[in-house]
Amino acid sequence: MNPELKREIMIDNYSNPFHKETKDEEDYIKENGNNVSCIDDVNLYVKIEEDIIVDAYFDGEACAISTSSTSIMLKNIIGKNITQVKNYITNFQNMIYEKDYDKNILGDAIVYDEIYKQESRKTCATLPYTAILKIIDKK
Amino acid sequence: MNREDFPMFKQDIIYLDNGATTFKPSVVIDKIVDYYSNYSANAHRGDYSISYKVDVEYENARRKIAKFINANLDEVVFTSGATESINIIVDGFFDNLVEPGDEIILSKSEHASNVLPWFRLANKKGARIVYAPLDTHLHITLEGIKSVITPKTKIISLAEITNVVGDLRPIKEICELAHANDIFVVVDGAQSVPHKKTDVKISDVDFLVFSGHKMCGPTGIGVLYGKKELLESVNPLILGGGMNESFDSEQEIFLKELPQRLEAGTPNIAGAIGFGAAIDYLEKIGMDYIAIYEQKLKAYLVERLMQLEHITIINEESDSGIVAFNVEDIFSQDVAYYLNKYNVCVRAGNHCAKILKSITGVKNTIRVSLYFYNTYEEIDSLIELLTDKDKIIKEMI
Ligand SMILES: Cc1ncc(COP(=O)(O)O)c(C=O)c1O
Repeated sequence: MNPELKREIMIDNYSNPFHKETKDEEDYIKENGNNVSCIDDVNLYVKIEEDIIVDAYFDGEACAISTSSTSIMLKNIIGKNITQVKNYITNFQNMIYEKDYDKNILGDAIVYDEIYKQESRKTCATLPYTAILKIIDKK
Repeated sequence: MNREDFPMFKQDIIYLDNGATTFKPSVVIDKIVDYYSNYSANAHRGDYSISYKVDVEYENARRKIAKFINANLDEVVFTSGATESINIIVDGFFDNLVEPGDEIILSKSEHASNVLPWFRLANKKGARIVYAPLDTHLHITLEGIKSVITPKTKIISLAEITNVVGDLRPIKEICELAHANDIFVVVDGAQSVPHKKTDVKISDVDFLVFSGHKMCGPTGIGVLYGKKELLESVNPLILGGGMNESFDSEQEIFLKELPQRLEAGTPNIAGAIGFGAAIDYLEKIGMDYIAIYEQKLKAYLVERLMQLEHITIINEESDSGIVAFNVEDIFSQDVAYYLNKYNVCVRAGNHCAKILKSITGVKNTIRVSLYFYNTYEEIDSLIELLTDKDKIIKEMI
């Protein structure tokens, strides 16, 4: 993917993020995503039925990378079962940390494939993934 | 201006985060290297010449700092920085004094270091934290302070200049008012002592804390100033070598005089000596000159920023070289990342003043904090980079 298109996808997910809303719903598991080195502050809300992530949304304030990454992640995980989601997360993290990964299951999340070049923004891209893992562990 | 004195400026860098820390001039760096290279001995062991020289240099640094703030020599205690200094007086002095129901006046724009130690003390003693009101510019006024003083007020602890709003508090007048009501005044000088002339005799503060690294000195060294009669009652929180006169097997301890009593253990010798060199350096430039220059530079920055429609300044009325602003629709950290691509260093975030957002509604900002070595050309470069909002969005990731 060319850099221009990657940037466009990120900006689009930042300006019009998927399922970014402030609401109070029952039956959703909440997890806060933040990291020590930056000021991102995202809350993730996930509804799991049986083994399936049936719905998810987020709110909070965060930078373009964190926000877009959260938006893209939510698009990719809704409707999937836990095993599929775990596999997806592992692949995403492998991409960020420069290990072998399977492009084909990452969808738009592939736009972060060069984020490793900016050390300080790796944590931005992985912020929602760290949060979703905690939610899955809670389950 | 003075830029050739700073090795950091050999890099192509625009440094606008002086509220966090400042660059060090060669005279400070050389002084530290000189200590480690030429008389690297411990203090208080003057049996041989290089150790004697350590004592002379260490106490010389103290003398310079005392003169710099117009204090007496035994009123200047070396600490690791402003944060430690506040903790020392909260736990070592006020812990003995504060009683249930007492009130401690702070403000919502204080740095965490001037908030959290007081929270702990208040929780422990059943005392109450009272916030002085901020006016529409987020400034503290004498009338505001008056309005929250009650017969139970025991302490007022405020930054002289705050690190986000950058307002200068009328410390002398606050001290007058406080002392007339038997209230102690603690001043956090971390953002003021580096930028303007400080005189503890004129202001009559009871305690003043500040850090060396925010004024061209090394990290890990700072000062606790206290009026002699108050410092005498500070309970040393750390015991050990260097602070005791003698002790015996009956567990009797005799402490040294001030200020050594409050400086247990091998001190940060290089830090103190380097700090002394920084003081010399600042004195040579002149604190009044620094204050005036920064004011002019700040006014220029504000004027230029106000011309940009997509920028909102949070504190255009600030009295210091601190300007906090936001670019419309762009998260502050993204702006900082963008500027970093052009080697411009600014800070994004809440700047450790986490309760301020409850008043401003603004959680995070971009903060520019100036020092005397910043230039009009640097401001021009910053403004040029901020002029085109689309460019920022395009390049921020
Ligand atoms: C107003 C204020 N107080 C206290 C501090 C703490 O200083 P230090 O970290 O050097 O102890 C700072 C530093 O950012 C500050 O800006």
